[in-house]
Amino acid sequence: MTADNSCEEVVIAGFGGQGIMLAGKLLAQAAMKAGKEVTYMPSYGAEVRGGTANCMVVIADEPIASPLVARADSLIAMNKASLNKFGARLKPGGLLVLNSSLIDTEPQIDESVEILAVPADGIAVELKSPRSANMVALGAYLQRRGSLGPEAAAQALPDVLAKRYHKTLSANIEALRRGGEFAEKDM
Amino acid sequence: MCGNEALAEAAIIAGCDAYFGYPITPQNEITAYMSRRMAEEGRVFVQSESELAAINMVFGASATGKRAMTSSSSPGISLMQEGISYLAGAELPAVVVNVMRGGPGLGNIAPSQADYFQATRGGGHGDYRTIVFGPSTVQEVADCMQLAFDLADQYRMTAVVLADGFLGQMMEPVVLEKKPGRKLPPKDWALTGAKARPQNIVRSLWLPEGSLEELNHKLQAKYDRVQADEVVCEQYDTEDADVVVVAYGVAARIARSAVNKARHEGIRAGLIRPITLWPFPTEQISMAADELRIFLTVEMSNGQMVEDVKLAVNGKAPVLFHGRPGGGVPTVEEILERIRQLSIPRRVRTA
Amino acid sequence: MKTVFARTPTLKDCPTHYCPGCGHGIAHRLIAEIIDEMGIRDRTIGIAPVGCAVLAYNYLDVDMIEVAHGRAPAVATGMKRTNPGKIIFSYQGDGDLAAIGTAEIIHAAHRGEQITVVFINNAVFGMTGGQMAPTTTLGQVTATTPKGRSAAREGYPLQIAELLAILPGAAYVERCALSGPARVRKTKGAIRHAFELQAEGAEGLSLVEVLSPCPTYWRMPPAKAMEWIESEMIKVFPLGRLKG
Repeated sequence: MTADNSCEEVVIAGFGGQGIMLAGKLLAQAAMKAGKEVTYMPSYGAEVRGGTANCMVVIADEPIASPLVARADSLIAMNKASLNKFGARLKPGGLLVLNSSLIDTEPQIDESVEILAVPADGIAVELKSPRSANMVALGAYLQRRGSLGPEAAAQALPDVLAKRYHKTLSANIEALRRGGEFAEKDM
Repeated sequence: MCGNEALAEAAIIAGCDAYFGYPITPQNEITAYMSRRMAEEGRVFVQSESELAAINMVFGASATGKRAMTSSSSPGISLMQEGISYLAGAELPAVVVNVMRGGPGLGNIAPSQADYFQATRGGGHGDYRTIVFGPSTVQEVADCMQLAFDLADQYRMTAVVLADGFLGQMMEPVVLEKKPGRKLPPKDWALTGAKARPQNIVRSLWLPEGSLEELNHKLQAKYDRVQADEVVCEQYDTEDADVVVVAYGVAARIARSAVNKARHEGIRAGLIRPITLWPFPTEQISMAADELRIFLTVEMSNGQMVEDVKLAVNGKAPVLFHGRPGGGVPTVEEILERIRQLSIPRRVRTA
Repeated sequence: MKTVFARTPTLKDCPTHYCPGCGHGIAHRLIAEIIDEMGIRDRTIGIAPVGCAVLAYNYLDVDMIEVAHGRAPAVATGMKRTNPGKIIFSYQGDGDLAAIGTAEIIHAAHRGEQITVVFINNAVFGMTGGQMAPTTTLGQVTATTPKGRSAAREGYPLQIAELLAILPGAAYVERCALSGPARVRKTKGAIRHAFELQAEGAEGLSLVEVLSPCPTYWRMPPAKAMEWIESEMIKVFPLGRLKG
């Protein structure tokens, strides 16, 4: 949580198919289970597949007024396009978690922003679970920011993952933890 | 749960017997959710061939005494207006959910509040009203559903739940539980087959001279009772406020943020949040206007509810407007800036 | 004295507002008789259209509703789905069913709704003053086809029974006429069959199209109107069972 208020506003963005919405829902669910006030707002477009995807999660101690994140405390950017789109919306002193597997350029961003570059796809491939890159990034974010930690997300995962994907639970939980470990080492 | 699913489940808890609907964004989660859950509950779900058919299926089910609902978004709600007018004429209860999107025409699928006039003025032809809710949180969307069904049955009217794309799509914690409902009059007018009683007729055609005028007077008396008894409205920090923001739905959440920030800066701002848009909290706003203060109405439109605020204030205080049409969403910063500007003259005066 | 003919109880004891020689009175009586013969009055709900028969509830003593123009099959869907044990019938004219309500009847049939539809085809809009209907025959003079209907300008007469018969969801489709006592008896049999199918729970929609006289807007005396059905209408709208 940022120091000036008890509210953390997060944007998670990438392209369709990267599990952006799932990561957002998982963050919201974990925060709700921890007794926080929370809103989750998906972007919804006319396109059914592909295109960009983003969602906004607000976590607070007080009831949340607006679910819309105009300036974000944290951004998890899973590809270049989303970094370009949302990078400028980060508050000074905010946190940028970027997927360095797909973003190879230096982000043009306010100097006060803390950057955590996570090779999310690389780690997911190492784990033989290439679709878990979203979990790696979320795990890294949770390790660096807030009081929740990757373990809270691991416990909330069965609530948000559709039953038919429950066979992937252990792989996704492993990805959350590896993301967390990466962030810890990177300190 | 997203707002759309929460309201669908709340409708089931409220005893909705039948759901009829036609796909349209951004409310498709309701139709999909209902197709699964209504079957599980052994209740009725039909995907209709049009919104016109959907509202008429509601008309049919309601005429037999069942609790029926439909949901759609702005263009589809326009198509339903014929049926809503007939529901009013025939005095049948119904619940209609409008997850508003930008217009006019096909518009876009961004959240909007541009259907306020359509909903609160009746919407179709003829002299009638519908009960209209403008909830602000997913919890409130869900809570409205039970009340909507109860009020619809009690007054034999259409109750409209006016949500928007944000409320439909967003997720936040929600508690769904059956609350004790109202004590409702028996539906002795329902078409159930004329067994051991004279024939029941449900109609909206009144040809003999004076008969339709009589019906309209009867409807108006009913609407007057609703206006007197059923207003729901939240007042937030208004007591000492110099600037009173009036907003509903998602716009009210954003306005509340701005009010909080204004207070932080030492500006005495408050919020009046109508939860029923019809009946409108005319009296509450009129009373607030007895003190020396400025009103700022905030909407996701070019100004619709602001007319009701002006009618309520009735010249006693200045009423200003800030809005974003066509799917635009006002930001906290925009509203805060307006509040700052408006608070200056007052501070000068008091000095 | 022995009673040889009496009004059936479900037909109310009152004069109708219909013109002399109109077919609606006959069709109403057939429906009332069938409801009484089948003993289903206490579980039947009727739907009146917008058109001359809008006041049908003044003559038929069953629970009835009056609905928006053309929407009866959608209303019937809402009723039957929530009340599978009730007998739901709609009574619709050619403007109501074949013009403004075409989508509703096709989709109710297509979904196989278990409802009974009595479709009165008199080739003209009656209530609004004798305008062209989709079923107006070629050459027929109406208020809006003063020189007679022309295929090039106004299209061809719409054959609803044939259109619906091809849908798998339509269980029974028959076209009858009211032009003479034998035809009337045949019509009654058809409508009765349509009600019986629903009462038995047969899957699908049953519809009887009834060619019915409108002497006023055909601009001819009642007896001539009956002849016109035989000589002109049946050529365009052949009688018989099309489905089921």
